[in-house]
Amino acid sequence: MTTRTDTVAETAQAPGVPPIRRRPIPPGRGGSPFRKAENRAAYMFLVPWFIGLFGITIIPIIASLYLSFTDFDILSAPNWIGFDNYARLFTHDRRFDNAVAVTITYVGVSVPLILAFSLTIAVTLNRGLAGLAIYRSLFYIPSLIGASVGIGILWREVFGERGIFNAFLALFGIQGIGWMTNPHSALNVVIALHVWTFGASMVIFLAALRQIPQSYYEAASIDGANKVQQFWRITLPLLTPVIFFNMVLLTIGSFQSFTQAFVVSRGTGGPIDSTLLYTLYLYQRAFVNLDMGYASAMAWILLITIAALTGFIFWTTRFWVFYGDR
Amino acid sequence: MAIVSLDGGRSDMAIRKYDREAVRRSRERRSRQRTLRHFSLHLLLILLLIVMLYPVIWMALSSLRPEDEIFGGLGLIPKTWTLQNYITGWFLFGDRTFGDFFINSFIIAGLAVVGNLVACSMAAYAFARLNFRLKWFWFALMLGSIMLPIHAQLIPQYIFFLRIGWVDTFLPLVLPKFLATDAFFVFLMVQFMRSLPPELEQAAMIDGASYWQRYWRIILPLSMPALVTTAVFTFINTYNDFFSQLIYLTNTDQMTVPVALRLFLDPSGGTSSFGGLFAMVLVSIGPVLGFFLASQRLLVRGIATQGFK
Repeated sequence: MTTRTDTVAETAQAPGVPPIRRRPIPPGRGGSPFRKAENRAAYMFLVPWFIGLFGITIIPIIASLYLSFTDFDILSAPNWIGFDNYARLFTHDRRFDNAVAVTITYVGVSVPLILAFSLTIAVTLNRGLAGLAIYRSLFYIPSLIGASVGIGILWREVFGERGIFNAFLALFGIQGIGWMTNPHSALNVVIALHVWTFGASMVIFLAALRQIPQSYYEAASIDGANKVQQFWRITLPLLTPVIFFNMVLLTIGSFQSFTQAFVVSRGTGGPIDSTLLYTLYLYQRAFVNLDMGYASAMAWILLITIAALTGFIFWTTRFWVFYGDR
Repeated sequence: MAIVSLDGGRSDMAIRKYDREAVRRSRERRSRQRTLRHFSLHLLLILLLIVMLYPVIWMALSSLRPEDEIFGGLGLIPKTWTLQNYITGWFLFGDRTFGDFFINSFIIAGLAVVGNLVACSMAAYAFARLNFRLKWFWFALMLGSIMLPIHAQLIPQYIFFLRIGWVDTFLPLVLPKFLATDAFFVFLMVQFMRSLPPELEQAAMIDGASYWQRYWRIILPLSMPALVTTAVFTFINTYNDFFSQLIYLTNTDQMTVPVALRLFLDPSGGTSSFGGLFAMVLVSIGPVLGFFLASQRLLVRGIATQGFK
């Protein structure tokens, strides 16, 4: 992304001619007054961002690390209790274990499903179908409204005992259940709502598909490759950077899902904690029980998990992401 | 591969090169096959869309039927049409109407849009167009902050805002936007501003324009597409945002649409009127859909350029 202009400049060089290298002038002391002025101006433009970065982001994150080693409950001053919160979380807290399991299921099921759906629909739409723009907008609509409380409420009713999902099943003579009141099916309802919003990833895939040169397919079909082979040998490899991009975004986002589990379970994470996503449990600990120290420990575990997982996905790219001939 | 293709369909055409009639027929057959294939694809896609959007359409029409007709069927068209649900829903909270909640939501979302446009574009201008010490360090930090979960900062932030008495005001929701904490939009604008030719600014510099003028008069007007994308997405995200509003707004005076809708769900309050609820859910997603349809082309292009340009 950031290197595009550099590579263009390099390839523009005539072969054999050594590239003209401008020696960079070190900024600051010894630099020209113009550079000093530019340096100063840049930092002026960044003042609001700096205040936000430190005041809203970095200092609170460090503060929450400190709080995670205390028993802070807002009402009284924090007492240092060392690793007690972490020890309790990992050994004594059944609800925590459950929340971790629920969240892993949620992320592990919904992210692959969203990727599969969005890729399939994007490839289908990209086959030169008429009305691409209309389809794209319609498939995108759920992504716009899917995170709102209103849609969570609707979902609750759709999968309720008397909801239209059961009315639909009744057409085939199937007796439905209250999908949200059954602990075995409740999480699936929340996952379904998340998968419903695959349109955002689809739009990104569509944009990437358009950037694949048509000549690749022409060359392949002259060599006798059929459509299926073209998909596996051309489309998919060239899309891997975008699949990776979507996968990272979706994974980070899914770990932080909150609203829909909250709304669909009426804020409880029930039935029997079957929809108790990690963030929902964190919210209950922090703002219902006022266990701020405990919740801070949970927040840090989440932070480290997301960082580690993102790092891991980045590491795996060497095995499956295709960056052309670089 | 080459041998296969000689025996394949394509070579037929080469052999019958001069038989125009045959070429025409084969072309027709091919286009007929394609039409048929496209037709079945359209059918599949439309079917999928109907399944996906059916609940929303059903809710829209259910909000127009009397209470006792809502559940127990798949049907879309109401037997009796009524607007009663909209009136019930609008006034469901006694002395507060949904109008008040909308005003609160719009104030927060509107201020968030202004904040993001100003603060993110300023930071983006510095990152995209200026050279300064430690630039790449700060830029990496900015990119990294996109991935941070908000929960890691949430609790100390909340305690701070509580201590200075800002809980139950709009400030905790709006102030961060004026400090460019939505790093994602900074990144979006950096990507856009980088693509603008440097000559424009050089010309202005020779004419004696200051850095501020170069930002305000030249770069900002040219970055309109990125600004519109940021504005629309900031509005939709802030308007839909439930988590922070749930935490910071507990008073009915400051209550926003999502927080109010949530009250319908309270086990204590219960849902007294499903018709009213559906009507208000529909009204609540109205502004989002409206914004989307109004700026649709720009938006979709904006999303497409989010990650890579």
